[in-house]
Amino acid sequence: MFPCFGVNMLTKEQVQYLAKLSRLELNEAEVKKFQGQLSAILAYVEKLREVNTNGVEPTAQATGLENVARADEADTFGGETKVGVVANVPKKKGEYVQVRAVFD
Amino acid sequence: MELVNLSIKESHEGLVKKKFSCVELTQAYLDRIKKVEPKINSFVTVTEKLALGQAKAVDKNGVEKKQMLSGVPAALKDVFCYEGVGATASSKILKGYIPPYHATSVARLKQQGMVLLGKTNTDEFTMGSSTETSAFGATKNPWDTTRVSGGSSGGSAAAVTAGECAYTLGTDTGGSIRQPAAFCGVTGLKVTYGRTSRFGVMSMASSLDTIGPLARSVEDIAYVLQAIAGSDTRDSTTPKVAIPDYLAALVGAEKSVKGLKIGLPKQYFIKGMDAEVETSVREAARIYEKMGAKIIEVDLPLTEYAVATYYIICPAEVSSNMARYDGVRYGSVEAAKTLYDTYAKTRARGFGDEVKRRIMIGTYVLSHGYYDAYYKQAMKVRTLIRQEFKKVFEGVDILLTPTTPTTAFKIGENADDPIKMYLADVFTIPASLAGIPGLALPAGFVDKLPVGVQLLAPWFAEAKLLSVGHAYQQVTNWHKERPSL
Repeated sequence: MFPCFGVNMLTKEQVQYLAKLSRLELNEAEVKKFQGQLSAILAYVEKLREVNTNGVEPTAQATGLENVARADEADTFGGETKVGVVANVPKKKGEYVQVRAVFD
Repeated sequence: MELVNLSIKESHEGLVKKKFSCVELTQAYLDRIKKVEPKINSFVTVTEKLALGQAKAVDKNGVEKKQMLSGVPAALKDVFCYEGVGATASSKILKGYIPPYHATSVARLKQQGMVLLGKTNTDEFTMGSSTETSAFGATKNPWDTTRVSGGSSGGSAAAVTAGECAYTLGTDTGGSIRQPAAFCGVTGLKVTYGRTSRFGVMSMASSLDTIGPLARSVEDIAYVLQAIAGSDTRDSTTPKVAIPDYLAALVGAEKSVKGLKIGLPKQYFIKGMDAEVETSVREAARIYEKMGAKIIEVDLPLTEYAVATYYIICPAEVSSNMARYDGVRYGSVEAAKTLYDTYAKTRARGFGDEVKRRIMIGTYVLSHGYYDAYYKQAMKVRTLIRQEFKKVFEGVDILLTPTTPTTAFKIGENADDPIKMYLADVFTIPASLAGIPGLALPAGFVDKLPVGVQLLAPWFAEAKLLSVGHAYQQVTNWHKERPSL
């Protein structure tokens, strides 16, 4: 879907594809606007290709911590917290979250 | 005695000695908020009833003598969850969301007796450097209301300088505490990544986000940090590092500057920055020299790649973190016939442009075929930037830099130019990538607009950072200046 990088401008189709992956509905005008802005941002970050990173480990996370775990014990939240959580659900049936069909 | 300009210590002492009641102190802040809000728009929600209820309880039960924050009114950036109080991240997509729990940092402050005045404005989901991307309008700079307050913690910084609260909590991912602190003339601390808990604070970029205080002095910052620092079982990125006595670290601050090696990185003095901003930093260096510090020029050659690195890593993490806002479990939802449309329409209507830009950039750089060239490369450059700081701290104790290349720009000036906006964070981003702490200090004025300097220290060296910053505030008065609103 995406041709080689170094291309100056994202195409309309590329922007529409990105919008689809991002679950964002965009109209024609927005596609055009973002086409220009996203292309400019991507052109700027191309700068990083100048840096020689041979043999460098990527920084996956910033603390050096590993395997931070807790005991495998279930915690139950009832009472007010549950009421508070359910109250925030926009579409619900009783205490159940309501969504459109997940499968066609 | 202007109650709204008292320091945390003065506020607390006043309450203990019964010079004024907590209700009087809180009401003074609420009155101030009512007076200046039409001019600056720093609050999303003002919790008047809650605040007065809490103040009455403090007066009834007696202020905690040993807890400096007891009874002191504060505000929280609107990405912090305070149980029962709306949290919006200044976004339409979280309209109506009421957190059913406290963030850990909030719970710790509440335990210390914080009185909550309200939630402050931010760039939408903290994405921005001016608080202009807020769905509720920009926060205006109290020093010049035609200019931005900075971002993303612009509401927090403006509220502190305008006397609308004694202190606030903000978040700093690429400069979002330090930059608005500089634009508004207040003191702001970005902690070492992991020094404070992010639990209950809406995530933007999980490997970069930090939470920290903004206040009117380093001493005030120290009180707040003392209350919130420390590992949290609910945030697995908080290492178990001992919490020093930050207040004790301030004692004898001036003396401990003697012999201190302060590095001035030459890559932080660039073309395009205001000449007067540079002058302020060099003046601060002279002040430290007079106190006995040794100023050493140092080299951080990867600095020029920091913004590009950040604007790959940050959007990548944003694209992941924003996936949860889908109209299903909380916030606003758009009517739609299919699940896909529910997501696509809800997010299209609920998110602003900057959020959409970052989600799409992030999606692009993480996608198959692009991951190695962009994201992996950025993560490697990040390693090199970290190593570069590690090396420089072998030769100096602290770095002194400008906080921002310019003073506060005009509202609307950078709004249509994302890259120009991103470059506002050129001096704050490197420290974020490395995870080191940074302190923004008011250091003067240029054309009546505040200028800040930044101190950077090694990982978990907040005690030294605050001490060196406090020493500067012992011999200067910039942090005491207030706008005439």
